Amino acid sequence: MINFQYIRTTTSKAAVDSLGKDKTAKFIAGGTNLVDLMKRGVTAPEKLIDINNVPLKQIELKGNILHIGALATNAAVAEHAVVKQRFPLLSQALNAGASAQLRNMATVGGNMMQRTRCGYFYDITMPCNKREPGTGCGAKEGYNRMHAIFGTSEACIAVHPSDMCIALAALDAQVVIMNPKGERKISFVDFHRLPGATPEKDNNLQANEMIIRVEIPLNTLAENSYYLKVRDRASYAFALVSVAAGLELKSNRIIKVRLAMGGVAHKPWRLTEAEAFLTGKDATEVNFKLASEIALKGSKSFGQNNFKLKLAPNSIIEALNQAKSKA
Amino acid sequence: MKNSLLKDDTDRVDGIDKVTGKAKYFAEYQLPGITYGVLVPSTITKGTITGIDSKAAERAPGVLAVVSHLNRPEVKGYEASNTKPVPNGTLKIFYTDKIAFNGQPVAMVVADTYERAVYAAALVKVSYNKEIHATDFDENISKAKPPRNPSSAFYVRGEAEAYKNSAVTIEQEYILPTETHNPMELHGMLAHWDTENRVTVYAKTQGVKATQNTISSTFMIPMENVQVNSEFVGGGFGMALRTWPVEIAVVMAAKKVKRPVKLVITRDQMFTLVGHRPHAWQKIGLGADQDGVLKGITHHAIGQTSSYEDFTENIVNMTKFMYKSPNVNTSYKILPLDVGTPIWMRGPGEATGAFALESAMDEMAHALKMDPIAFRLKNYAETDPEKNRPFSSKYVDEAYKLGADKLGWSKRKNEPRQNKEGQWLVGYGMSTGVFSAGRGKATVRGVWYADGRLLLQSASSDIGPGTGTGMVQVAHGVLGVPVNKITFELGDSSLPPAPSQGGSATMSTVGSAVHDACTALKNNLAELAANSGMSVTDPIAEILKKNNLPSIEVTKESSPGNDQSKYSMYSFSIHFVEVKVHELTGVVKVSKIVSVGDSGKIVSPKTARSQMVGGAVGGIGMALTEESVIDHRYGKFINNNFADYHVPVNADVPDIDVIFINKPDPYTNPMGAKGMGEIALIGFSAAVANAVFNATGKRIRTLPITPDKILS
Ligand SMILES: Cc1cc2nc3c(=O)[nH]c(=O)nc-3n(C[C@H](O)[C@H](O)[C@H](O)COP(=O)(O)OP(=O)(O)OC[C@H]3O[C@@H](n4cnc5c(N)ncnc54)[C@H](O)[C@@H]3O)c2cc1C
Repeated sequence: MINFQYIRTTTSKAAVDSLGKDKTAKFIAGGTNLVDLMKRGVTAPEKLIDINNVPLKQIELKGNILHIGALATNAAVAEHAVVKQRFPLLSQALNAGASAQLRNMATVGGNMMQRTRCGYFYDITMPCNKREPGTGCGAKEGYNRMHAIFGTSEACIAVHPSDMCIALAALDAQVVIMNPKGERKISFVDFHRLPGATPEKDNNLQANEMIIRVEIPLNTLAENSYYLKVRDRASYAFALVSVAAGLELKSNRIIKVRLAMGGVAHKPWRLTEAEAFLTGKDATEVNFKLASEIALKGSKSFGQNNFKLKLAPNSIIEALNQAKSKA
Repeated sequence: MKNSLLKDDTDRVDGIDKVTGKAKYFAEYQLPGITYGVLVPSTITKGTITGIDSKAAERAPGVLAVVSHLNRPEVKGYEASNTKPVPNGTLKIFYTDKIAFNGQPVAMVVADTYERAVYAAALVKVSYNKEIHATDFDENISKAKPPRNPSSAFYVRGEAEAYKNSAVTIEQEYILPTETHNPMELHGMLAHWDTENRVTVYAKTQGVKATQNTISSTFMIPMENVQVNSEFVGGGFGMALRTWPVEIAVVMAAKKVKRPVKLVITRDQMFTLVGHRPHAWQKIGLGADQDGVLKGITHHAIGQTSSYEDFTENIVNMTKFMYKSPNVNTSYKILPLDVGTPIWMRGPGEATGAFALESAMDEMAHALKMDPIAFRLKNYAETDPEKNRPFSSKYVDEAYKLGADKLGWSKRKNEPRQNKEGQWLVGYGMSTGVFSAGRGKATVRGVWYADGRLLLQSASSDIGPGTGTGMVQVAHGVLGVPVNKITFELGDSSLPPAPSQGGSATMSTVGSAVHDACTALKNNLAELAANSGMSVTDPIAEILKKNNLPSIEVTKESSPGNDQSKYSMYSFSIHFVEVKVHELTGVVKVSKIVSVGDSGKIVSPKTARSQMVGGAVGGIGMALTEESVIDHRYGKFINNNFADYHVPVNADVPDIDVIFINKPDPYTNPMGAKGMGEIALIGFSAAVANAVFNATGKRIRTLPITPDKILS
């Protein structure tokens, strides 16, 4: 039997401390991703640190900033009154993910840390540089319909599967991280990484660190925001492409805009150039279309995912249309 | 048959057991000393095993055996001649070093707990000599060959390829990818040898007698020494219509370790070990004159099979009789590939064929600028043009009208892209489905007790349609005994014989035997009453008391009469759908469904409706979401799990209107019923594809219709 140690911690400090001593230790939160990966033989931690009793479930507005604890469940965040009212984009994105049962278990920290759904990553008989560096990328010339069109590398074309993270990237969130020395804060868009030559690293969290919470500043986008998720079936499917769009409009003038895409890259893909283009312009179909073309610059497809080169810009337009018509 | 047969409020007799967990499925049985099997699957797709190093596994805690071709116990049927008694072509498990498909079991680890077996299975090291495999249908299509049975290979009425000479012609190819049945319940078996020569199994099967027969012939022990139990089955859709090699492996392993062995295969193994709907290529040619009269229909099909077995199904059959064209020709070939053998999946080949034929009919209607229903009515076959004889009953024309009215067909414009709601293009489509209304032979034992209870027994199965519920209603119709006093026992091989549950024939076959057994009981009671100077209307308690009997009992075998050769017996379905297609994202939503069943008398309205609803849901899957993808470089399925293989979820399914013609067929059976399980799905995918065309002007001939295909 593959034995592993299982311990429970009640404070984040204890959790981080027990990490430090053991290189193969892993936190377990909802377990909805980690347990699958263990069953499939993708990962075999020698120690599981159950963090569910660590008091990090808070969802509260502190001044101008919403604090969401790393252990708040996806369901709790999605249904929270403040989130629904002030950050509907996040609520929509969460509810577009997984299934009700999974959202009840899944946590904010676990959602950020979930691994790609690439079939080659999951099947330990297949090559995958992310799972086993140096074995090659099965997807590049294989089944890559779900795969990335931005920021890919020779080594990896996988996408980050989260919906929640797309909204958080659009909402200028920050991630608060704890390590043995204390806390540090990084911007959400810098949390996840592009694959480069080290696709085994999904993000910039270090081995001795723990996600404590996410902070989102209040914004002016609530009235005109929309999370579009295009998928193969209406629920319980990962995104082919998703778009988080938020607009602040004055008459029809775009004062502020936030755009991020999912299903297209190894990390939540923030569309800063398209945002810059749209800012100060009128919210028209023509401008949306021009923005979508700007957003697609540098994209590259791999055969079965060629359709994303059309679906991605179309989805940007649709998400902007929907966000605009919310008012 | 009297109308008393229709009792709309009869619930499933086992509904409460199912939702409360009281119903027991094979994997839930425990036996003293039980052990657990876990398979070691081949990681190559074709070649030979050069070595199995099982030392570490054998030393692992709790391990009782690592069964493989190197050490399997004697299986007498495997050693006997090639054709008998084990059917020709069946993969003899753990028999040789040959690997015929990726995932083929190389060994089975048996241990005292499931977890220990899982761990030990990971320790088994297998080495191979790899050969070049062929799993890609398109690349190998030139290797297609006619099936061994030539009668299914070619058909000509009038002149072959005559469509080409018509004023208006359509010639198109249609592709269906491999689909996997994927019932919720995983496959497997629990087996225990009670003695050297007698085995009991708990199975997931659509036919307890068929399983009994296969085990009996494979191990060459008498039928009565094989006890098969399968009272509840968590869905089959056809995949449990045969006893798979893995089941034989369980019986074999139980023999080896001399303890009960339970195997429950994993979801990814559901893709490789228990069949699938085969990938199929089809080409249809239609020729019509300007008025829309069909002059020629040609239908060629190639379906995939395994390298070691000819699997065939009826892909082209509907084309032979559905429309009254004077010239029809069909051909059917199979293409052996290095995959496991396919098996019928709900609506089997007919559903594959109907997708092509009914799509082509829609294409032709469009080319003729005719309404698709008007075009079908123009070519309506009043009698069977293939066999030149009457249909036993056919109300398809009436069904077209009922369905069209219910859906609001009048909103449909013949030109595509005419209906729009915001960014959603709205379209309407319809299609026809047909399946043979077969009836076989079955035996039912009936015991009518003095207290009024009625017990009926037959070795039938219930994979979900509600067999017991239907049978109870047939009995109620004959005897008037309240349904809550009737018990129907099935799923036990020691009961009187009944065929497997497949091909939509259970109601017709077993229902007839129930009907005949109940009629015999009624006559017996009448006789007893008369003999003792009483009347049949007297309570049964008194009649039996007078005769000193605790109960009366009959065992009745029931077979179809010769009407089967005088009439063509088919069930029909007409599917209507409304779809919405998003112009920018290519997402297709089925927004309305009306399915009309022309399947004779409806014996059990609730469960009949459920059949149609389930068929429509399966039809949405076939049309929009389901596809088993192989990475041909490895010959291995890549989306072999429930997250990536998309069966429709609730959010994909709108309200489904079900309409039944509900007119008894005079010839099929005493109830006037016809089967329903298959027609519920057959043709559905074409209705969706036709509606997508009506919405978008885009004809999609390769299923499933995913957003990428709409956008391309
Ligand atoms: C069938 C299926 C469908 C799904 N569909 C979707 C979908 O459509 N959209 C979507 O967005 N998601 C989807 N998901 C993924 C789901 O959102 C994730 O599994 C879930 O969010 C993971 O959270 P968890 O708490 O269960 O994490 P766990 O499984 O407990 O942990 C996952 C990883 O996060 C690490 N971790 C957890 N908490 C912390 C922390 N505080 N600090 C540092 N590391 C931590 C763990 O060590 C582990 O490595 C799906 C999942 C499944 C199984």
